[in-house]
Amino acid sequence: MTFGSDQPILTRAGILLGFRMVMPALPGVIVFAAAFGAAASAKGLTLLEAALMSALVFAGMSQMVALEAWPHAGAAWTWAAVAGLAVLTAVVNSRMVLQGASLHPWLSAHGNGLNALQLCLLTDANWLVGARYHADGGRDLGVLIGAGLALWVMWILFTIPGHLVGALVSDPKRFALDLVMPIFFAALLVPLWRGRRAAVPWAVAGLVALVAARLLPGHVFIMAGAIAGMVTAALMPEGACE
Amino acid sequence: MSDLAASLTTPGVVAAILAMAFASYLCRISGYFAMNLIPFTPRLKRALVALPGSIVVATVLPLVERLGFAAGIALAAALASMLIRRNEILALLVGLSVAIAARSWGL
Repeated sequence: MTFGSDQPILTRAGILLGFRMVMPALPGVIVFAAAFGAAASAKGLTLLEAALMSALVFAGMSQMVALEAWPHAGAAWTWAAVAGLAVLTAVVNSRMVLQGASLHPWLSAHGNGLNALQLCLLTDANWLVGARYHADGGRDLGVLIGAGLALWVMWILFTIPGHLVGALVSDPKRFALDLVMPIFFAALLVPLWRGRRAAVPWAVAGLVALVAARLLPGHVFIMAGAIAGMVTAALMPEGACE
Repeated sequence: MSDLAASLTTPGVVAAILAMAFASYLCRISGYFAMNLIPFTPRLKRALVALPGSIVVATVLPLVERLGFAAGIALAAALASMLIRRNEILALLVGLSVAIAARSWGL
């Protein structure tokens, strides 16, 4: 447990650094939040419901996927429908299990109570910012929290105008809004690059995900690819991807 | 009064949102707490180091396959932009512009 010996660091300067580091992600988050608000209004959610979902669920991809499976306006709600949406959300967000696990070497110095609280803010962009910061030797937990807070506030704030002008974004494909998330994700591969050998697990992850996307339902391919990448890295010789 | 409440929200919707929030929170914390119970070996460390990139590639590649050729060249353009100048906003703008242009040409 060499990582457990790290001193816990959490400072206001770290939180501010987190704000700054996550800035490049904000345009994408704003567009995505507005797109969600628009899609929610098209599905008949009220403004309050859309904002409440953004505040409490705070996971864009799963919110969008849930809207795809949302009961038709006027249809009666059943417990089965509620449970179905919860399971769908868990499957889409299953990548967070792995993201949380990948942060363990950093977070374990801080104690379970603080982590149970600050992990409420865990999401793709602050995880990426945090993973990059930690890989570069950073240890201040404030960076993860600051980046998460900034994303949470922006996510709620820009769901609202999206809902209000929902009708105007009726054709998101024309403005390539459906590509904001993949483009933003792919761009962040560049800072994560650690040489060709370290990219071998990524290639395996991609191939397995492509195959899984054809064979398995929904978003299971993300989980399948990620696990394949992890297993590949574990099986590679010492020093291959550190 | 009940009319006002109904115009703001419906009980079924609130139940669905709370259930989704609970499912998300479990996903957020379970990875960290599971790692408390599993011994930390060099092998496991290598696996976790490879995880961020693996998740990104596993998320993006199938999406690109579903979204089509325009999405592919948009992503390639965004990656090229990142390699030349490491600026995420610029990369996003380059990628979106290429996608809009490619789609308007019917690619």
